[in-house]
Amino acid sequence: MSLKESEGIEPEAMTANPADVQRTRASQRELVWWAFKKHRLALISAWFLAVMLVVIALCEFVAPFGDRHRDSEYTTAQPQVLKLWDTDGPDGFRFGLHVDGYTSTQDPRSLRITYEPNPEDRVDVGFFVKGEEYELFGLIPMDRHLLGPKDIDDPMYLLGTTTDGQDLLSQMVYATRVSASVGIIGVLLAFLLGIVFGAISGYFGGWIDNVVQRIIELIMAVPSIPLWLGLAAALPSDMGPIARYFIITTILALVAWTGLAREVRGRFLALRSEEFVTSALLDGSSHARIMFRHMLPSFSSHIIAALSLSIPGMILAETALSWLGMGLRPPAVSWGVQLQDASKWSVLSGAPWLLIPGLCVVLVVLAFNFVGDGLRDAADPYKH
Amino acid sequence: MVRYLGRRVLYMAATLLAISLMVFVIINLPPGDYVTALTAKYNVMGQGLTESDIVNLRHRYGLDGNLLQQYWHWITQIVLHGDLGMSFEHEKPVAEVIGPRLGATIGVSFITLLVTWGLAFPIGVYSAVKQHSLGDYAVTTIGFLGLATPNFLIALVFIYFSVTWFGSVPSGLCSPEWCDAAWNLGKLLDLLGHLWIPMLVIGTAGVAGLVRIIRNNLLDELQRPYVTAARARGVPEKALLRRYPLRVALNPFVSTIGWVLPLLLVGDIVVGQILSLPTLGPILLGSLKSQDMYLAGSVIMVLSVVTVIGTLISDLLLGWLDPRIRLGHQR
Repeated sequence: MSLKESEGIEPEAMTANPADVQRTRASQRELVWWAFKKHRLALISAWFLAVMLVVIALCEFVAPFGDRHRDSEYTTAQPQVLKLWDTDGPDGFRFGLHVDGYTSTQDPRSLRITYEPNPEDRVDVGFFVKGEEYELFGLIPMDRHLLGPKDIDDPMYLLGTTTDGQDLLSQMVYATRVSASVGIIGVLLAFLLGIVFGAISGYFGGWIDNVVQRIIELIMAVPSIPLWLGLAAALPSDMGPIARYFIITTILALVAWTGLAREVRGRFLALRSEEFVTSALLDGSSHARIMFRHMLPSFSSHIIAALSLSIPGMILAETALSWLGMGLRPPAVSWGVQLQDASKWSVLSGAPWLLIPGLCVVLVVLAFNFVGDGLRDAADPYKH
Repeated sequence: MVRYLGRRVLYMAATLLAISLMVFVIINLPPGDYVTALTAKYNVMGQGLTESDIVNLRHRYGLDGNLLQQYWHWITQIVLHGDLGMSFEHEKPVAEVIGPRLGATIGVSFITLLVTWGLAFPIGVYSAVKQHSLGDYAVTTIGFLGLATPNFLIALVFIYFSVTWFGSVPSGLCSPEWCDAAWNLGKLLDLLGHLWIPMLVIGTAGVAGLVRIIRNNLLDELQRPYVTAARARGVPEKALLRRYPLRVALNPFVSTIGWVLPLLLVGDIVVGQILSLPTLGPILLGSLKSQDMYLAGSVIMVLSVVTVIGTLISDLLLGWLDPRIRLGHQR
């Protein structure tokens, strides 16, 4: 029974209901969580993102092959289907996880080699198989992979291979780590800027507010992608992938903080005249303490919602930038870098699976949007 | 209204100044300038430049003196002579490189804007009036997808289907046989045949965003007491919708020129790249890659200025349409 329905009920009837007692005693965090749970799409998206985070953390283990793995024998090979049994083998029906190997055919005219699954050639696949060695979290040396061919030299390319003969699935797992973390780290950086300027602007008001708001409007007036491109163009081309990653993230954040600053400012402006702020001020609290100890926590759930809603923009920007060749560059691998492979239509027409990383972008962006929407609706559990 | 106009124009001037500063920074970010690039090029060709040549060149392009003086030289050249500098890669003045493409860019963007409006308005209104209907859910879902898909991905998907079904990709704005022909029906049809893919790709995000805004605005408006009051007096539903809430819900059309326009221009960078349109997008990308900074900076500036002017027009239209905005500033 929700709070709304119970409004017209007699007081004694209300106290008799244990659910209502629980509701009145619940902390704000619990109330937010209950409200969030009702938003089914947001809940599913949150689970999806949680799985993604696990994949990011364990990406060397989850990916069947390492990010430098290159099999020049199988370039632009078709995706394989994971099968549980086959009947084509020499002894009829045989149980066991496997994929079909490849046969290559060369077009006599265009000399292009195409690889197609060959049911005769069976590649056994298993869980926790030995594969390339790696260090989990950069510390623990391991050689087991979640899923892979039982013989390390056999081809198992569930999503096909790239034009370079890299496993698309493994590359995508590594790309997820890069692209999603650019979004998350970038938003955190933007948030730092946004919260400082937004808080100062909204809390003090007056001419300070005016100046900050004008600056924000100026930044917003410039189309963001050309601005990003212009800043990224200044990076030297011999820069290491890790330095480039951090600088690109910073550039994205430098342009994107304005929206968050506005959100934060609006909240501060609305709370400025509340009694608890005045009493804190009369108690002799410093401005910084009032801003970040008293006011900020009262709308933290709104901020989390705003953060979650600004991650998609960041991810889309990085993808577009990298796809245009101005963002991250190989050997760094992100969704945008992967999709570069698909941008020649002569390649794309024969290998539509190269677009799969794009599906990944859409799903992750949608998930962040839904979680953000759900959080925004749940952020104010007392509102009805 | 005059005061409102004055404020907006003054504000636009400040924005333009800030944009010019920013573009100047972008031009100067990569190491080296136009003359160092030129010197390197002559060295490769075996004709070394003497010290005095270099000094003269620097003076000619206003590259001697400190950054402030350089900025002053650069901006006065632009404002007074329309001289945007030299393109290193094309070996032509930047204005000559950009000029012919600017028209195509604005043309494609404008047509796309019209189509975006034409699509977004009926869809948004339908979706709000028939809230919770099957059509509304379909629209909302497609809208979410449209906003979540990078537009180059949409372009790639289009290209894939275009190649597998028709065997080719319509690139450019006209087929070879029509490009030099005089304007007639055949050329127009040919242009439309080429334009629909860029329009669809560039416009998707705009349509999705606009539909969402119109739907939300109209839903808010439909819950207002005045709507209930009008209903209670027996105003027919259609007339009621047309006379009041729709007029208020129209505001976002005008106010979004400010953000739809940059979106369209950005879409052009991406789509122009794939479909090789004769627009500014591919030029910008090429110049950034070769660090041809006068050209790149100028394209960024032109795109920004177009956006700022678009925003000004939308502000003025909005002030003219909606007295609440026009008078709100005077208080």
